[in-house]
Amino acid sequence: MSKVSRRQFFTAGIAATAGISGLAIATKFAQRYGLVPPDSGGIYGPGETLTYAAQRLLMRHSLAREFPRSMISKTPLANEMPPLKDAFKRLQAGGFADWRLSVDGMVARPMSISLSDLRSLPVRSQITEVVCEEGWSYIAEWIGTPLLDVLNAAGVLPQARYVVYFSIDPDWWESIDMADARHPQTLLTWAMNDGDLPVGFGGPLRLRVPRQLGYKSVKFITRLTVTDSLKRFGKGLGSAAPEGGYAWYAGI
Amino acid sequence: MTHWVTAICFFALLVSGTEILISHPRFYWGETGNVRMRPLFQIPIPSSRSLVPTGYSYVLPDQNGWSRYLHFQAAWAVVLTGLVYAIWGLWTGHFRSNLFPAPSDRTWQSFRAVIAKHIRLKRPDQAEAFSYNVLQRATYLAVIFVFFPLVIWTGLALSPGFNSVFPAAVNVLGGRQSARTLHFFVSAFLLLFLIVHVSMVIVAGFRNRMRSMITGVVAVPQERP
Repeated sequence: MSKVSRRQFFTAGIAATAGISGLAIATKFAQRYGLVPPDSGGIYGPGETLTYAAQRLLMRHSLAREFPRSMISKTPLANEMPPLKDAFKRLQAGGFADWRLSVDGMVARPMSISLSDLRSLPVRSQITEVVCEEGWSYIAEWIGTPLLDVLNAAGVLPQARYVVYFSIDPDWWESIDMADARHPQTLLTWAMNDGDLPVGFGGPLRLRVPRQLGYKSVKFITRLTVTDSLKRFGKGLGSAAPEGGYAWYAGI
Repeated sequence: MTHWVTAICFFALLVSGTEILISHPRFYWGETGNVRMRPLFQIPIPSSRSLVPTGYSYVLPDQNGWSRYLHFQAAWAVVLTGLVYAIWGLWTGHFRSNLFPAPSDRTWQSFRAVIAKHIRLKRPDQAEAFSYNVLQRATYLAVIFVFFPLVIWTGLALSPGFNSVFPAAVNVLGGRQSARTLHFFVSAFLLLFLIVHVSMVIVAGFRNRMRSMITGVVAVPQERP
């Protein structure tokens, strides 16, 4: 091995210092602008942070692809589900007339609304693809109320950063940042194609987040919580997905 | 240096990609595809999802969580490494002088000569330890400038977020499922390249090549008197 010259030693030292301080500045910058996902700890943290930060910088307002009516799948797939619990079956027997959606957390007016209340808010439809992380997909028309209209009705406080949403199944809950929560295609869906949203597809109420993979589109929504931090929810990783080993951000 | 980072990333991408594939070993053409649709083809392996009709009576454990985390982290690492390599290659003239075939070699004759030599299973001579032949150059160029960009493109075309910004990236490939099928084939080609690449290194003398790749010094075997 050749001896390291003084000049090489200093150059390497300066490069290392610059690299470390650059990384520190980048981390500060990323945290300040909300570019660090809640599951950024651990060995896969760097990759997840790069993905989330890159996509947030690129696609705050971009729209998921929409398709012509002729491309709606004739064979959509409902995917397998754990058996429905008794609480769900009771509501189902009553035609979901007693289904409630509660909105709480950092809102000026916490509320609990029925499905018919929800249907009286502005209606929007979109023909988008459900993309499963396993690789399969289908296209359907989704009809519902933009999440933004519900958030506006409740009055989101300025410090809000995330919306956490819960299924009637206590094991299934997710969260999205405000960029996705306020996105025009993020839809509290209660109808699909020509009729009510079937139970297999998440009826009576599913939150569709079409810029992310299917597992972020939680079925049987009963509650929304607006928050400035995800630390208090579950294990503090942001949602049920990272607790089961999957990424919180599923824009990829 | 970039070579070894790439090698580690490629291995990680291969393992995690195979794990993800196992959750749905069916391929389709067009925009959509699921188990209720006819596949273009199906790989005859068991699956980690009970919904997939595989013909096997058992379902493998789900490994997609860590596989996906690892796949994207390794993808970032290999893309950033590739950028460093590309800048270095252009800056130092590595591509121009070592990879683009010399003008005299850009003929079918020289291709044929190299191929004929391989068919006769002739071991490489000393001069070849210092320079790539025309067949090597063409293959390396294709891998660096065609297949790596293609595998990155077809991979990005599977990201719903990326597609919301660049819808053309997936549309020109014929749709999401087409992009997934192409991603599989390009990856399979890269795996084939890897197998040939490693066997060539073994034929050329594994220890000497490894030593030269790590230290940059090539040992030329002494001719026996």
